[in-house]
Amino acid sequence: MRNWQKYIGIIIPLLVVAGLMLYPTVTGKAAARETAFTILKAIALASSLNILLGYTGYVSFGHIVFFGFGGYVGFYLLSSQGASLWIAILAGGLSSGILAFLLGKAILRLRGAYFALATIGVNEAMKAFINNFDLFGGPTGITLNFKTYLAYGGASKALEMAFFIVGGLACLAIIMSYVIRTSKFGLGLLAIRENEDAAEVMGVIAPDAKTWAYVLSAIIPGMIGVLFFFKNGNVEPHDAFPLHASIELLVMVMLGGQGTVLGPILGAFAYQGMRGYLVTSDFFKDIQLSVSGALLLIIVLFIPAGAVGWLRKRSELLRRVLA
Amino acid sequence: MTLLLQVQGVTKRFGGLQALTQVTFDLPAGEIFGLIGPNGAGKTTLFNTINGVYHPEEGRIVFQGKDVTKMKPYYLAKMGMARTHQIVRPLNELTVRENVMVGACFGHENQHLASAAKIADEVLDFVKLSSRADQLAGSLNVAQKKRLEMARALASHPRLLLLDEVLAGLNPSEIDGMIQMILDIRTQGVTIIMIEHLMKAVMNVSDRILVLDYGEQIAEGNPKEIASDPKVIEAYLGDPKLAERLMEDD
Ligand SMILES: Nc1ncnc2c1ncn2[C@@H]1O[C@H](COP(=O)(O)OP(=O)(O)OP(=O)(O)O)[C@@H](O)[C@H]1O
Ligand SMILES: [Mg+2]
Repeated sequence: MRNWQKYIGIIIPLLVVAGLMLYPTVTGKAAARETAFTILKAIALASSLNILLGYTGYVSFGHIVFFGFGGYVGFYLLSSQGASLWIAILAGGLSSGILAFLLGKAILRLRGAYFALATIGVNEAMKAFINNFDLFGGPTGITLNFKTYLAYGGASKALEMAFFIVGGLACLAIIMSYVIRTSKFGLGLLAIRENEDAAEVMGVIAPDAKTWAYVLSAIIPGMIGVLFFFKNGNVEPHDAFPLHASIELLVMVMLGGQGTVLGPILGAFAYQGMRGYLVTSDFFKDIQLSVSGALLLIIVLFIPAGAVGWLRKRSELLRRVLA
Repeated sequence: MTLLLQVQGVTKRFGGLQALTQVTFDLPAGEIFGLIGPNGAGKTTLFNTINGVYHPEEGRIVFQGKDVTKMKPYYLAKMGMARTHQIVRPLNELTVRENVMVGACFGHENQHLASAAKIADEVLDFVKLSSRADQLAGSLNVAQKKRLEMARALASHPRLLLLDEVLAGLNPSEIDGMIQMILDIRTQGVTIIMIEHLMKAVMNVSDRILVLDYGEQIAEGNPKEIASDPKVIEAYLGDPKLAERLMEDD
């Protein structure tokens, strides 16, 4: 295989992120940065979900729980314990990873729809728990003292920094996705996705591999959660565990192409673009989620492999170039 | 001679169905061991019990001197046991080469990706699937999928190879090719248990044969003994087509 072909699978995705990060500076508009932030966040979350959904073949309907839980833990440290943003982000990723590890031991033995249902249950249970957890402020959540931003050069500097961090996390998610996709561990995951029993017979230790895939898919969402709440200045159970956001992530991954590195990125891009249009249109703004649902249905029925998957099936060259 | 595998009084039930009753045999390293019996006799179930897909209600399985009765399939794979499936299980969305690499990466030898790719290409050459290496496994026909099953198992460089009806559905020239392949594998030092309905083939290649009927072990011996065993002939009379084949091959 020629060298450019070997690496193009990671180069294209990183170029997309680089473009997104430059876009606000080039246009010089604050709104552009907001848009780019949302897309980069979606890319990081969708690429993470893809590790479980696309590579391993386990549908998680409640993946947003890691965003919320890690976000809460990090934000608590940041606002109440005086931790720096960096420590908070690391703690958010770590705590989501640990949560995924424990959950994985419990629910990854379930297959198909049972696993999907269990993940919804976990998200709702976590929301209910946080709602009653006084340390995290219960139903009113936690609000950041405005002074915290001073340590980062004031609110506007802090927001700018948050934007670059989300770009960094998106890159990290993509690199992780690519490294897994092209590794031996990833081959084991793909084997599990295709036929878990056959994979086990060939020596893939499926329970362990699935657990690690779950953990790896949970870390970056936890970090993104901390960053997002830092940027917003507050967190509430309602914002941390929105089930519809989980479903939107599924739509992004499926739209772009599950099991590919590029797919979730294109999916996140396309979906956020569409969403941006829908919520500002008079006709669609109230039924935006119904449109997502219909979109998911159309993808599952007609292009289950998603856009990139569909392209990869067309030719051997595309299969080699599009990771 | 050292015993590679010992099956001791193995009994397996599915609810009320007695799929295996007190099956017992020893397998020395280097043998080709034939496993025959009418449809539903429990042959595939015996494979599943040996490689840990099912766990027996009674009895013991000892592999390379170690009690593996309650072990999971992946540990047995890592210890050097590989198998093919009667109903093929290709990893459809992966390429043929990647399918074989899974065997090399995670089975007995725990290879890295790069060396696994090399092994995969060698093995694909051996089973004559090289030209299909970059195709998706789902696009192969049944005969090719059977060879893929074989290739995946071989890529792990196993000690013990369990072959479940690898000849079924092949045409006569493909059968000859596959039999030659099985004999070649044995010369590489791999011990083989093969389930087969084609009498001529089993009789020709097996050192010893075990006959199952309704989960009971009704005979064990060399091909000559088996062919003339009245119990075996009776068992097959329930299945006239097989009895016919048994006769014509004598
Ligand atoms: N998972 C299972 N659950 C319930 N019954 C089973 C299961 N697997 C096999 N059986 C039953 O056990 C018996 C033995 O089946 P098995 O597949 O082992 O037969 P076989 O000798 O391989 O037959 P064939 O020659 O048709 O492949 C059959 O009656 C079958 O229906
Ligand atoms: Mg069978």
